[in-house]
Amino acid sequence: MSELTPAGGHGAVPVDGVPAGHRAETPASRSDWPLWEVFVRARRGLSHQHVGSLHAPDAAMALRNARDVYTRRSEGVSLWVVPAAAIVASSPDEKDAFFDPAADKAYRHPTFYDIPAEVKHL
Amino acid sequence: MSADQTDVTASVAAEREFQALVDADERIEPRDAMPEGYRKTLVRQIAQHAHSEIIGMQPEGNWISRAPSLRRKAILMAKVQDEAGHGLYLYSAAETLGVDRAELLDLLHAGKQKYSSIFNYPTLTWADMGAIGWLVDGAAIVNQVPICRCSYGPYARAMVRICKEESFHQRQGFEILHTLSHGTPAQKAMAQDAVDRWWWPSLMMFGPPDDQSPNSAQSMAWKIKRFSNDELRQKFVDMTVPQSEVLGLTLPDPDLRFDEETGHYVFGEIDWSEFFEVLKGNGPCNAQRAAHRRRAHEDGAWVREAAQAYAAKQAARAATAGAA
Repeated sequence: MSELTPAGGHGAVPVDGVPAGHRAETPASRSDWPLWEVFVRARRGLSHQHVGSLHAPDAAMALRNARDVYTRRSEGVSLWVVPAAAIVASSPDEKDAFFDPAADKAYRHPTFYDIPAEVKHL
Repeated sequence: MSADQTDVTASVAAEREFQALVDADERIEPRDAMPEGYRKTLVRQIAQHAHSEIIGMQPEGNWISRAPSLRRKAILMAKVQDEAGHGLYLYSAAETLGVDRAELLDLLHAGKQKYSSIFNYPTLTWADMGAIGWLVDGAAIVNQVPICRCSYGPYARAMVRICKEESFHQRQGFEILHTLSHGTPAQKAMAQDAVDRWWWPSLMMFGPPDDQSPNSAQSMAWKIKRFSNDELRQKFVDMTVPQSEVLGLTLPDPDLRFDEETGHYVFGEIDWSEFFEVLKGNGPCNAQRAAHRRRAHEDGAWVREAAQAYAAKQAARAATAGAA
């Protein structure tokens, strides 16, 4: 019989013989609208937080779509949309070397220091 | 050491690091090294989940123009909008795995990727809006809550948002049925008929019995899946039967009874031949759902093109103004 899985949350669907898509070499070259990353400020006093992404032809449409997709229940008081292609990220392949310099500097943390127990407010 | 050996050593180390993260209940994030099987399983599962959300707009969209009151109409529109939103969260999560939403839609339209069979049943009466919310969304919640702890970060995060919103879906469905079952005898009969038609397909949503679900072990090891099909189905039945009593409606299963010893409800045999028929494309609405989806996509092409042309024109104007 066919192999099945309760795929995601909406019930069982077959998995054998179902293409899984192939890794797009140059996603930007496809004809779909460009990808935007969406950031929401939930309320005053908080910074914007990444919530997901969407496709839109331009910045104005990206903002409107972000409102409809990510703030249908008043989840935000401010929205940012950023072209995904404009984001520069650290490389996962170099993550050890890249973040290593901080690893052996425990003296940057207050707990590194031995202070007599009777000292207060320090 | 040859270059090939170096590659093999590196990939074994990467795979070990991946499994160590999963075993430690850490999340895998988009640009992490991951086994190709894990990536493919997730793309397929997230895509099928996304497709189910947007195909799921059809059976309910059917009743927007015929909702019995403005209140019910506004609620139903909000629910169908949520389904579209859920589809978009999920396509967005799938895209972090290096696929393109446009490509996934192409696969859906070509019939090469699937969506949940539950949406191949018709919505014959208004009471079906109640039964879908209560039973279908109820079963979806039981399936989806554990995915909030799925090992793949973007899928888990999308699921947190979806689960919050599904709760409204289930409650509004329950309310519809409760209102009907406390209405006129004809209204109560309509509610009962809807529950009779949706009960068994809802139980099938959890997939075949565990002994016929060969992929589950790998998905469990990868922590994409946290509970077996039968465990989730039992959980749903245990939650739902007492709710049916509050509704004053019966469930169409003569074998259904509470087992004092186990503390669980025992239920009758599921007719898996019906499930496989619907899966093969022979359900009441398979052809209609697929045709409608393709038509909506094709009919919307000019809107997508116009928006793109407008964006290009505005960008060109801005460039000219900048140069002047």
